[in-house]
Amino acid sequence: MPEQTSILGSSPIRKEGRAKVLGAAQYVDDLELPGMWFGATVRSRIARGHIRNISFSPDVDWSQYAVITAADIPGENTIVHLTKDHPCLAVKEVNHPEEPILLLAHPEKAALLAGLRGVEIEYDELPGVFTIEESEAAVENDDEARIIWDGTNYNGTANCFKRYLMYSGDAAETEAGLEQAFENADFIVEGEYHTGAQEQFYIENNGVIAECNKDAAGNITDVCVRGSMQCPYYLVHALTLIFNLPEEKCRVIQTETGGAFGGKEDFPSVIGSHAALLAMKCGHPVKITYDRAEDMAATTKRHPSRTRHRTAVSRDGRLLGGTIDFAIDGGAYSTLSPVVLSRGTIHAPGPYKWPFLRVRAKAMATNLPPHGAFRGFGAPQSLFGLERHMDKIAKTIGLTPEEFRRRNFLATGDCTATGQQLSEPVDMQGLLTRGLREAGYHEKLARFAEENKHSMIKRGVGFATFMHGAGFTGSGERRLNSKVTLQLQPESGNVRILVSSTEFGQGTNTILSQVAAQTLELPYEHIEVQQPDTFIVPNSGPTVASRTAMIIGKLIERVSEQILIALRSSAGLPNSHTASDFKQAAANYIAKGHDPNFSLRYEPVKPVSWDDELYRGDAYPAYAWAVYVAEVAVDLNTYSATVTRFDALQEVGKVMHPVLAKGQVEGGVAQGIGYALYEKCVWKDGRMMNNQMTNYIMPTSADLPPIHVHFEEVPSVHGPGGAKGIGELPMDGPAPAILNAIENATGVAFNTIPLLPEDIFERFTSFTEPAHGGSEEFDPEREGEFLPEVLA
Amino acid sequence: MTELDLTVNGKRCHVDVPPMKRLLDVLREELHLTGTKEGCGEGECGACAVLLNGELVNSCLVPALQTNGASICTIEGVSTEGRLHPIQQCFLENGGAQCGICTPGMILATQHLLDKYPNPTLEQIQEGLAGNLCRCTGYMRIFEAVQQAAATNPLAAETT
Repeated sequence: MPEQTSILGSSPIRKEGRAKVLGAAQYVDDLELPGMWFGATVRSRIARGHIRNISFSPDVDWSQYAVITAADIPGENTIVHLTKDHPCLAVKEVNHPEEPILLLAHPEKAALLAGLRGVEIEYDELPGVFTIEESEAAVENDDEARIIWDGTNYNGTANCFKRYLMYSGDAAETEAGLEQAFENADFIVEGEYHTGAQEQFYIENNGVIAECNKDAAGNITDVCVRGSMQCPYYLVHALTLIFNLPEEKCRVIQTETGGAFGGKEDFPSVIGSHAALLAMKCGHPVKITYDRAEDMAATTKRHPSRTRHRTAVSRDGRLLGGTIDFAIDGGAYSTLSPVVLSRGTIHAPGPYKWPFLRVRAKAMATNLPPHGAFRGFGAPQSLFGLERHMDKIAKTIGLTPEEFRRRNFLATGDCTATGQQLSEPVDMQGLLTRGLREAGYHEKLARFAEENKHSMIKRGVGFATFMHGAGFTGSGERRLNSKVTLQLQPESGNVRILVSSTEFGQGTNTILSQVAAQTLELPYEHIEVQQPDTFIVPNSGPTVASRTAMIIGKLIERVSEQILIALRSSAGLPNSHTASDFKQAAANYIAKGHDPNFSLRYEPVKPVSWDDELYRGDAYPAYAWAVYVAEVAVDLNTYSATVTRFDALQEVGKVMHPVLAKGQVEGGVAQGIGYALYEKCVWKDGRMMNNQMTNYIMPTSADLPPIHVHFEEVPSVHGPGGAKGIGELPMDGPAPAILNAIENATGVAFNTIPLLPEDIFERFTSFTEPAHGGSEEFDPEREGEFLPEVLA
Repeated sequence: MTELDLTVNGKRCHVDVPPMKRLLDVLREELHLTGTKEGCGEGECGACAVLLNGELVNSCLVPALQTNGASICTIEGVSTEGRLHPIQQCFLENGGAQCGICTPGMILATQHLLDKYPNPTLEQIQEGLAGNLCRCTGYMRIFEAVQQAAATNPLAAETT
C-alpha cells in the first residue's frame, strides 16, 4: 500500500499556513482595487423611535460623496435570514442603537468622518425594552408602548420571535408523567441561571469590497462582493433580494478571513449589501471596513440567556422528570435567533436520561442590536444552566456531582430527549472516569479541602459533562442539499477541491485536503483548494454548525471514491497507484472527452427522521461527547477567580489532524474561560458602552492556565474516516465547569456569567440573599424550595 | 507634511507624510507592507506590532514623526528571500497560526522575546506575548512554537 494511507490522523502543515506566517496572506483590508472609494454608515443614536427628519450640513460639499438611503435600494429593503423583518437601511423607524440609516462613500477615507458628522437625524423617541424580563413584562402588562415586535406576520407572538415546546415523548403522556414525577419525587430542585452577551472578538474586523457593473443604458449587470466571511452563498442570497438580480449576477468571493466564530455568518449580508449599494451609486469599487469600536457596537454577539430548571429526583439520585424554561434575548430583529434557540433547546437536556421532560423555549425581542451566531449557537447557554443545575441537585440530595451524573448518563442504545436512539457507541461513564483521572480530580478535591482551611486563596475543582450535535439540525442537511466538486488538473496531476466551505482559521482547507489525499491515495501536496468564489465553487452550504469536517468531509470522501472508480474503469488507473499513475490516468480520462469535474450532493449516511412540528426525532447525525474539568483559585483578598488548570477530554470520532484539533479545543476553552470570568458587555439603553478592547477584556497569554487536551477516538459512520464535528464543542463546557469549581472552592453558588471580581466581592460582602438561589440554600435533608411557576 | 528617512527591513525609504500619520498607515499605505495588521487601533491587540530600533511597538500608536532615522522590522523582513525564519517554521509546524491575523505581530513579539531571553521560561513567554491578542489558539500552540523556536535557536544553545 502507498504510504499516504496515514494522512488522515497526521498533522500536515496547514495549506495556507506559509502565507500566514510570512504576512503575505491577503485579507480584505490588504486589497485595493483601481479607483476604489471608501464607505461608512450613518447609524441610529437612539434605541427606538421614529425618524422625524434627516438634514445634511451645508458645511460639507456633498457633491463629493455618494449617499444611499433606503429609497435607493433597487430591490427589497431587507437583510434576509429566516424572515424579512430586518431592513437593510431604516426607513421611518429605528429599533436599536447603531441601526444603519444612511450610507456614505468618498474617494478619501479620511473624508468620511466629516460626512458622518454632517448628517443630522432628528427622532421622536419611543420607549424601549432592553432585557428578556422587560420584554416579557411589556407583554404581561399589556404595555402597548413597549410591544416592540408584533410578530403576527411571522408566526410569532408579541415581543417573541419564536417558541418551541419540546417533550421527551408524547405530549399528553409526558405531562401526565411529569405530574406524577413531581408528586412522587423525594426532592424537587429548582434553579435559575443567566448568561451574558459575548463578543466574538475576531481580530480582523468585518470588511468587504464591492463592485457594481452597469450596461450602457445604466442597468445593473452584476454585483461582486469580496470580503471576510463564513458563508458566501448567504451573501449571494441577500444581494439577489437587495438588487432584484438573479443568483448568476451576484458574485461573492471570500478573502482570507481573520477569525469569525459565527460573527461572520450572518453579518456579512449587512455590510456586503451596504458596500454594493454604494458601489452602485458612485460607480467605483467601495471598501467598507469597520474599526474596532464600530464592529463591537454594531455587529452581532452571543445571545444573553436565562434558563430555569425544575427537577424531580429520587432519593437514590435518579432523574424522575424535569421542566426546562429557556429564554434568549434576540435583539431587535429575528435574524438567526430561531435557529440559535433551536440548538439551545435540543442541547438543554444534556447527556442524561430523562424519563419525562418538557422544554419550553422562546426568543424574545429587545431593542439591542440583533444577536447572532457565535460558536456553540445556543448550546453554551442552555448547557451552562444544566451543568450548574446538576451540581445543585447533587448537593441537595447528598451525592457527589460525579455519582449523581453517573446514575443518569445516556448510554449506547438509549434515547435522547428528542427520541433519538443513540446507535453509535456512547461511553460517558468511561469518559468521566478518564477525564477526572487526567485532571487529578479526586486527589485535588481532598487536598484543596484541607488547604483551604488555612488560606485566603480558596482552590477548587469542578467539571461539566456534555455533548454537541454536529451538522444542521434534523432535516436541515437534507434541505441544504450541499454540493461539492473535485476537479482533475491534467497538467499537474493534482486534484482541486471546489466548495463554498471557508477557511477562517479552523483548518477547513487542510482537513478537506487530507480527506481527498487519503481517499485518492495521493500526497497531501497534490490537493489544491479553490478560493471560495460563488462563480466557481458550488454551494456546499454555510461554514457553521460543526458541519464542515463531518458533512463536507464525507462528501469529499465519497466523490473521491467515485473518481478512483472512474479512473480505474475507464482511464487505466491501476488498483494500487502512484501519483504519476494518477496524473497519467487523469490525462487519459480528460483526453477521452470526460468532464474533469466530479460533483456530488448530500445524501444522509443513514435515514434521518425528524419532525419539525413536534421537535422529535434524529436531531443530529452524530454527537461529540465531552468531560471538561476546571481547577480554580479564588483569592478572597482581591475577589478574583482564576482558572489554574484545565483538562478537556472529548470523543469526537476520528481525530483528523491532531495539531489542528488540539488548537480548536484550546481556542474554544480560552473563549469559554473568557465567557465565564472576563468578557462582559456593558449595556446602557441598548447600546454597548465598552466597545473597545481596552475595557472589554478577553484572556491574554498571561491569563490562561495550562490547557490539557485529551481525545477518545470512536469512529462514526457519518464523517470521513470516522470523524465527527469538533468546532463548537469546546465552547460549551468551560463556563459551567469553572463555576462548579468556584462553588467547590468557596461553598458559594454563582449562577450568572460573566462572573467578575466585583460580583464575587458583592456576594461575599453583602448580607442580602442573591436574587436567584444557590445550592447553599438547600439542606440536603429536606425538599427544595419552589419558585413561582414560570410563565409560559 | 513631513519628510522622513527610515530604514525598513534593511532598505532605506523616503516618505513625505503628515507628521501625525500612524506608522501603521505609513507601512501599509505608503510602503505597501500589508503584513502589518490593524486589529484595534488603540494599542491593545498587538496585530500591528513591529520592531522599532529593536523595540517591540504597536505601530498604530506611533506617529510617523517619531520614526525619522529609525530602523524598522516588519513581518516582511523576518524571512530571507522567501526562506522562513526558524520562528516562522515553528509557528507553522506547531499550529501557532490559525486565522493568521495576529500572526505577524505575534512572530515579531516572539523575535523580540527570544532576543531578550534566548531560553525563556513559560512565564516569560506568557508575559512577553501578553500584548498580542489571539482569539483562535488559546495560545497553547503558540507557546509550543516559541519553545521549539528557542530550542533550535543557536543563541540559546550558547547559553545552555
